[in-house]
Amino acid sequence: MQTTLTDQQQSAQARFKAFVRTEILPHADRIDQEEYTPRELISKMAQQGFFGTFLAEEWGGTAMDMITSGILHEEVGYGCSSLRSLLTVHSMVSYAIQKWGKAHLKARWLPLLASGARLGAFALSEPHAGSDAKSIETTATLQGGSYRLQGQKKWITYGQIADVFLLFAQVEGKVSAFLVERDTPGLSIIPIRGMLGTRGSMLAELHLQNCRIPAENLIGGTGFGLASVATSALDIGRYSVACGSVGIAQAALDASLRFVHTRKQYGAFLKEHQLIREMITNMQTNVSAARLLCRHAGYLKDIGDPTTLMETFIAKYFASTAAVKAANDAVQIHGALGCSNEYPVQRYLRDAKIMEIIEGSNQIQQIHIAQYSYQQHR
Amino acid sequence: MEATRAKIRAFLAKFFQHADLKDSDDIFALGFVNSLFAMQLVLFIESEFRVTIEDDDLDINNFRSIDAMAQLIERKTTSHLAM
Repeated sequence: MQTTLTDQQQSAQARFKAFVRTEILPHADRIDQEEYTPRELISKMAQQGFFGTFLAEEWGGTAMDMITSGILHEEVGYGCSSLRSLLTVHSMVSYAIQKWGKAHLKARWLPLLASGARLGAFALSEPHAGSDAKSIETTATLQGGSYRLQGQKKWITYGQIADVFLLFAQVEGKVSAFLVERDTPGLSIIPIRGMLGTRGSMLAELHLQNCRIPAENLIGGTGFGLASVATSALDIGRYSVACGSVGIAQAALDASLRFVHTRKQYGAFLKEHQLIREMITNMQTNVSAARLLCRHAGYLKDIGDPTTLMETFIAKYFASTAAVKAANDAVQIHGALGCSNEYPVQRYLRDAKIMEIIEGSNQIQQIHIAQYSYQQHR
Repeated sequence: MEATRAKIRAFLAKFFQHADLKDSDDIFALGFVNSLFAMQLVLFIESEFRVTIEDDDLDINNFRSIDAMAQLIERKTTSHLAM
């Protein structure tokens, strides 16, 4: 793997950074405080082609290599984890349809998703099923030419505004995946507010009461909802969260660097104090290591290496943990100021904690990574 | 076809370390199969044999044994060449 970026990747990175600094950063605290993402900001991201990076050109996507897509998710995550989570779930849905959807679903949805004219959201979690996805209770019953959905989904990122949901339900005891349009009769959407972090990601509950969808909206075949559709979509989601976590950690480091160069205590700038240096050292080292793990996972995706699944687990586990540590230290360095909304570091800490929970909690990551390690040791 | 089987056998050996897998053994019946393994298997077949596993290929019988996978790959390769 080449560890330096190509000229094209560096150019894309500069474009992403410029967009984040001018269009996202000025609004990030407000998005967090108001628990709302302005539509005009989503439109600006769409104009940049940010919603189609995982899609082929034939569908209107930009077919970016995975490392460049990862850089985009890092940079957006640097500015605002809520907006990065929009890219995450939208990319998961787009990728799943492109990989596993039938021709008519691809033709209908992919151009709309690639342009950002329609937004996708991922609906797996339920009130009683999170990590244990096989135990979801929502059911889909085939009746004539349609499936009748019955149940409830919870914690659905951008569920408040998504146009189409990749939704998982039990079909005769087997988890299967479906596309459900927002305006389907029988689907009601209840906003969730008051979350700890990524507060602008407009979470929702989905209530499905006799919700009928066409039978051809099934994706991946009956019983393949988890093994193919969810696993491949979650791999993309995990990669996005890993890269977004690097963005949070870098933002925490940058905020800390600005602060330690200007704040004086005991007659010296904070940067001169050895215990501050220790925290800065750990932040810098972890950011660099996490970024390399993400680039490695992205490289393996680009070459189609099956180990990318587990390397992405490792990247997500390390990067999310590093983001929490970095944001926690950033708050510590800022002292009381770090606990106030005058500084963004408290937002970084709240957002970072979410990264340890979503797309597979870190305990689930640990279980799988240990198993992977056992496989390597023969 | 034997070369294909050998490559599949080598891949599966990482996951079924204590099982002496025969080409006709049902890997689902032997256990150790979860959704993560299934996805790694799909990625392995796609990258190793330069085929694309699609929605219509997602039939559990296509992945049940080394023989079944070798036949799927043979079909995919043949249909690709015929196009």
